[in-house]
Amino acid sequence: MTEQQKSEILQGTLDLMVLKTLDAMGSMHGYGIARRIEQISAEALAVNQGTIYLCLIRLVQKKWISATWGVSENNRKAKFYAITKRGRKQLLTETENWERVAGVIGKVLKLEPSER
Amino acid sequence: MSTSLSRFLSRVRAYFSKTDLDADLNQELEAHVAMLAEENVKNGMSPEDARRAALIRVGANESTREQHREERGLPWLDTLNQDLRYTFRAMRKDLGFALFAILIVGLGIGASCTIFSVVDALLLRPLPFNDPAALVWVQNHQVSDEDLSGQTTQVDYVRDLRRLSPSWKALGAYMPFYGIGDVLMVGTTKPVRLTRVGVSDNFFDMLGVNMLAGRNFNAQEADGKTKVIVVSYNFWKRELGANPNIIGSTLRFDDGAYQIVGVLPRTFDFGDVFAPGTKVDVFAVFPLDDNTNKWGNTLAVIGRLNPGVTIANAQSETGALGKRLRDEHKNDRNDYEPYLKPLSEHISGAVRPAVILLACAVGVVMLIVCANLSNLLLARGASRQKELAIRSALGATRARLIRQMLTESVVLSIYGALLGLILAFVGTRGLAQLSGVSIPMLGSVAVDLKALAFTVAFAILTGIFFGLVPAMHVPANRLNDSLQDSNRGSSTGRQHAWMRNAIVVSEIALASVLVVGAGLLIHSFLRVLDVNIGFHPEHAVTLRVDPAANLDTKAKVNAYFLDLLQHVNQIPGVSAAGITDALPYGTNRTWGAGEKGVQYKPGEFPFAFIGIVSPGYFKAMGIPVIRGRVFEMDDPIPPQIAVKDNQYQHDAYAVINETMARNVFHGEDPIGRQTNGGATIIGIVGDTRHLSLEKDSGNELYFSIIQTGDWASANLVVRTTLPNNVLATQLKNALAPIAPDLAVGNMRTVQSLVDKAVSPRRFVVMLLAGFAAFALILASLGIYAVVSYSVSQRTQEIGIRMALGASAASVRGAVMKQTLLLGAIGMCIGIVAAAALSSLLTALLFGVHAADVATFGVMLVVITLVAVVAGYFPARRASLIDPIIALRSE
Repeated sequence: MTEQQKSEILQGTLDLMVLKTLDAMGSMHGYGIARRIEQISAEALAVNQGTIYLCLIRLVQKKWISATWGVSENNRKAKFYAITKRGRKQLLTETENWERVAGVIGKVLKLEPSER
Repeated sequence: MSTSLSRFLSRVRAYFSKTDLDADLNQELEAHVAMLAEENVKNGMSPEDARRAALIRVGANESTREQHREERGLPWLDTLNQDLRYTFRAMRKDLGFALFAILIVGLGIGASCTIFSVVDALLLRPLPFNDPAALVWVQNHQVSDEDLSGQTTQVDYVRDLRRLSPSWKALGAYMPFYGIGDVLMVGTTKPVRLTRVGVSDNFFDMLGVNMLAGRNFNAQEADGKTKVIVVSYNFWKRELGANPNIIGSTLRFDDGAYQIVGVLPRTFDFGDVFAPGTKVDVFAVFPLDDNTNKWGNTLAVIGRLNPGVTIANAQSETGALGKRLRDEHKNDRNDYEPYLKPLSEHISGAVRPAVILLACAVGVVMLIVCANLSNLLLARGASRQKELAIRSALGATRARLIRQMLTESVVLSIYGALLGLILAFVGTRGLAQLSGVSIPMLGSVAVDLKALAFTVAFAILTGIFFGLVPAMHVPANRLNDSLQDSNRGSSTGRQHAWMRNAIVVSEIALASVLVVGAGLLIHSFLRVLDVNIGFHPEHAVTLRVDPAANLDTKAKVNAYFLDLLQHVNQIPGVSAAGITDALPYGTNRTWGAGEKGVQYKPGEFPFAFIGIVSPGYFKAMGIPVIRGRVFEMDDPIPPQIAVKDNQYQHDAYAVINETMARNVFHGEDPIGRQTNGGATIIGIVGDTRHLSLEKDSGNELYFSIIQTGDWASANLVVRTTLPNNVLATQLKNALAPIAPDLAVGNMRTVQSLVDKAVSPRRFVVMLLAGFAAFALILASLGIYAVVSYSVSQRTQEIGIRMALGASAASVRGAVMKQTLLLGAIGMCIGIVAAAALSSLLTALLFGVHAADVATFGVMLVVITLVAVVAGYFPARRASLIDPIIALRSE
């Protein structure tokens, strides 16, 4: 996968992945979120980890996640993010959307060439 | 709160707490790198390698930070801030240019904003009434606005319409045959004459005017027997000290004591709406009853349509009903033929062409302002090429540079707008306070929120407009070219010279159009002032001298008049005095005026404007006697005079004007013949242009005030060489025995009546001439700027020419030739455009053809002169170039 392809996927789905991660794992810091997404996607989406912070500030500003300073497991000062009520609602809609689109695309891709 | 809104607010907050958030981000990224490095160490890297790998993986560099800032804050605002800082630095560096640009934009925007306020007040803003779109002017006959009797309606028709017509929610009326200073207010220290208008009891309710205090008239007062009045806002402020508890108190007039029931709001000025240029003080009920019905056509009718009824529906319905009623009452009523138009059209329709013309003119002025600034910015842009090239070398994109240039022009424009607003505030205040100008709604002209919004939008547009051409000349990827080009100082100038020339040519063309327009109107104005109005307004003053109410018989009134005239005539310095009921340019009325015994075809019965005048009037007014004689002091006084009785004309004398002699008596000698009413014609006097200076007199028929009682006001006219204040004292003293309540404060010069009649024309001419003058100044500056720029660009070339033997005169000649060529092209385009547009002016012209050769000729001379003057200085400078210095200069 080229950098170009990676980033295109990222643009559309990173928000959703972050929301889902926070929904599943509870409060996490940026490093943790980045690690988690990398692990799950089997490094397929590996890009600049700094990009995650663009996504995080966007989600905070949309009030879908909240941020508080805390102390990490290694006793390091870090910012912890948690999903909000509005974020959960958004995640639900986005998931439905995603599934619908994925379903349709899947069906389209399965189409066999018909007889003329 | 919506997501996008909360995001926007967060961005705004982020914009203002950059430092904190940057520190936050740094800390966060630092933590991230540290955690990743720890992980790497665990995986067996050396600490240095681990940190390096972590930094690469995170991408914790300036570009990430920058992206983060853009994501969280307002990047466009950051850019704008930078551009603005840069702009202010550039402006400080070239303060002269900035001030000049601000000054001309300010003048242009000041004029635009003022004219916008006028357009808004006169044409855009709804009338100051509730739901004004449903208000309709219901005039009688589709006639000109001047003949009041022709377009007013008899009382019974209004009563019938109210009863029978389903179109109207309400029909109201006012009585337009009031005179200025009709009533005398007594009981105050100084007697004052007030203007009182009679209105139907529902008039203000029908319009939807809410009283500031008190109430409107009510149905019980509709018969006019209870003496109640409503006062205007201005009268309440001026004469009643703005006393909020004034309701219920009484004012004493010469015809009795009236109780004040209401105070009109400030937003409704009757004069401003219905009688521009006059101040109406108080309103009383004009009863619509059998008695007032006998007075003939007396009402100016306004109606409010029922919801859902269109004016076209109402016209066909009311029109048909009116026709039926007229046919039913052929013998006992005047003619009736309702003609409906929206009230707003009645009020501002007449001034609409003039106002639109002014708006167009100010638009042209703004175009010239923009052209001028474009040109200056272009010239300046050329000298900034190097700077722009350096910025683009440092990474600024072309779009960013264009934005920078536009920011600069918009900032200049906004500063200009601030200046313009100050000018507009002054300008609109001045206009609103103009007195004696008969333009409707002028009193409500003001810079309001709408005008403010207009100005801001207009300023930004202006800035973009005049900045666009220069901005587009920002170099695109021609770094080397620009850096070298500016060094040589030659080819850049050439490259865009055509653009600058084109701009200057268009400036000259636009200025030509304005000069032609202003020229045509000034020419018309002079023609109007030059017209023979048939009387001599200079050295004549007028004053109300209505007899007191206790003079209850005709004999007493006549004795009063004759006594009064005698007293006035005895004042030294008074050469003539007379009385009239109809001053020029005031209210007028018409009567049927045929020759006795002649059968006229239907619709051909002649009408005449009526004047009831005293002996001495024609002399006092300066109206020449053409044939026969006019009224004398010892004319017989008819023993019995019944008011409003056509029979009174028996035994009476009549004087007619030349037009009536021609129209009714067809050039035969009318003296000794009789009018259809039975009055004997004793003389012919000159025509007077009493409707307006532009309109012919029409038939005029005069009766003697001592032979009839059918007059509503008595205006003394005195011809004198005395100064006004001396005359006022003299009159006061001379008339003290017979008219102790004389309100000399209300004395007016006859010239002021004429001035008021030409005031709308004067108003338009003054403004347009001002615009044209401004345009000329701008055009000359434009020419000067372009020519002098081209001279400075060609210094070397001129130096070489002179070194090769060109004389100073030939250099000067070459520059002048260039200037005049620009001027000539501009004028050619201007002539074509002006010829195409001047026909739009036709409605405003008087005695001048739209393609008036003289006016176009004057324009050519004026523009050529301007071009010569503007080109002379650069030409002189070119001829003084020292070849040696020029050649060494680079």
